[in-house]
Amino acid sequence: MEASQTVPTSSGSAAESAAETPRRGFFCTAGRIALGGGFALLGFAGCLWTLGIGRFLFPNVVNQPPNRFRVGRPGDYPRGKVETRYKEEYGVWVVHGEYRGTPQIYALRTVCTHLGCITIWQEAERKFKCPCHGSGFRADGLNCEGPAPRPLERLAIRIADDGQLEVDRSRVFQEELGQWQDPESYVSV
Amino acid sequence: MALGDRIRRSQLWKSIFRHPAPVDRRNRVVVVLTNLVLHLHPVSIPKHAVQLGFTWCMGGISFFLFLVETITGVLLMFYYRPTVEWAYNDMLAFRDVVSWGIVREIHRWAAHAMVITVMLHMLRVFLTGSYKPPREFNWVVGVALLVMTLLLSFTGYLLPWDQLSIWAITVGSNMARSVPFVGHEGPGQQLLSIGGIDLITAASDSRFLLLGAESVGEETLLRFYVLHCVAIPLLAGFGMAVHFWRVRKDGGISGPL
Repeated sequence: MEASQTVPTSSGSAAESAAETPRRGFFCTAGRIALGGGFALLGFAGCLWTLGIGRFLFPNVVNQPPNRFRVGRPGDYPRGKVETRYKEEYGVWVVHGEYRGTPQIYALRTVCTHLGCITIWQEAERKFKCPCHGSGFRADGLNCEGPAPRPLERLAIRIADDGQLEVDRSRVFQEELGQWQDPESYVSV
Repeated sequence: MALGDRIRRSQLWKSIFRHPAPVDRRNRVVVVLTNLVLHLHPVSIPKHAVQLGFTWCMGGISFFLFLVETITGVLLMFYYRPTVEWAYNDMLAFRDVVSWGIVREIHRWAAHAMVITVMLHMLRVFLTGSYKPPREFNWVVGVALLVMTLLLSFTGYLLPWDQLSIWAITVGSNMARSVPFVGHEGPGQQLLSIGGIDLITAASDSRFLLLGAESVGEETLLRFYVLHCVAIPLLAGFGMAVHFWRVRKDGGISGPL
C-alpha cells in the first residue's frame, strides 16, 4: 500500500525526482504484487473456509442405536410370536412365523412400503396396519390390503457366538426380489 | 466484443446492476450508492478517516468481530442443543468429534476480542473528543451497544454448561437480587406490597425473571440461549444500524481539530 501513487514525494529538484522515478516504479510494481498476492491469499482462505464449513456440516457422530443388536435366544420366541419391544428404539419386529409353509424367525422393518410411515402390530387381527393410508401386512410381512405395493422388508438376522439372535439393520432383504430365500434373512427353527 | 462487455450488456447483469462500469468518477460514485452492501460505507471519506493512529480501526474491527460471531454462531447452532442433557456434551463434541470444530474456539476468542475492541473504541472516541456535539446522541447509542456486547458475553458464557459457567451465572445473576424495587433484596422492595403481602419475593423478582427459576437450571439455559442467539443480536443489529447511520448524519467520522 505504501507504494500507491498518492504518497507525497519529498520536494526537491528535477534531478532528484528523476532519480526517484525508477525507485518509485519499483515500489509501484512491488505494491501491486503485494496487493495481488494479498487478494489471492484472501481468496484462498475463503475457498478453504467454504470447504471447511461444508465439512463441518457433515456430522462425524450421530446419536442413533447401533445397527447390530441382540434380541435374545430362539427359544424365547414361541411359534406365532411378534416381539414389539425393539420397535421403539430400533424400528424392528422380531417374528417367529412362517414363510411359504416353513417356520422361521425373521426381523421385519417397521416402515410401511407405501410412503414410509411406521406401521402398528394389531395382535387381535394379527396384522401390521399402517395408520397413514390403511395398508395392511400379515404376520409374515406380505401386503394384504391398502395401497402398499410390496411386502415389508426383512433385515439380516443370525445366531451370534453366544447363541443369541443378532439383527443387522444395515442389510435389507426384499421379498419381491426373491431375497427372502437368502438364509441370512431368517433363522431356521 | 470483449467478454466483459457482453456480460455487462446481458439482461441478467442489467437486471441486477443498474449502472455502467465504474470507469469514471461519477460512475464510481454511482456503483457505491446503488449497491445495498457498499452504500453502508460513504462514497468518499476525509483523509484522516483512514489514519490508524487516529481511529485505531476499533469500530471497524468490532463490527468485523460481530460478523465473525454471527457466522460462527449460526454454525454452532447446527450442533448445539440447549438442554441439560446435551449442552455440555455438544460443546465437548466440537473439540472431539466435529470436523472443523475450531469454529467454536473462533466464536469464543472473537467474543473475548470483541469486548476488548468495543472498549478500546470507546476509549478512542473519548480521547479524541468525538463524543462532543453533534455526536453526543451517537455516544449514547454506543454505550447501549457496549451493554449489549457485555450481555452477549454474559449470556453466551452459560451455554457451555460446565461448572464454571453455571456458577459464574449464579454469581452474576445474584446482582439482580439487589435491584431497587424489583429485586427481593434490593432497597424499596418492601414498598411493593398489598395488604402486608410482598409482591417482590425470591420467586417473583427481577432475578427470577432473568433465570426463569429460583436457581440456574434448564429454564435458565433455554432462556439465555434464546437471548444469546436471537433477542440480543437483533437488538444489537438494530443498534449498529442506528450507530452507523448517525455517524454519517452527524457529519461523517470525526477528525482531528
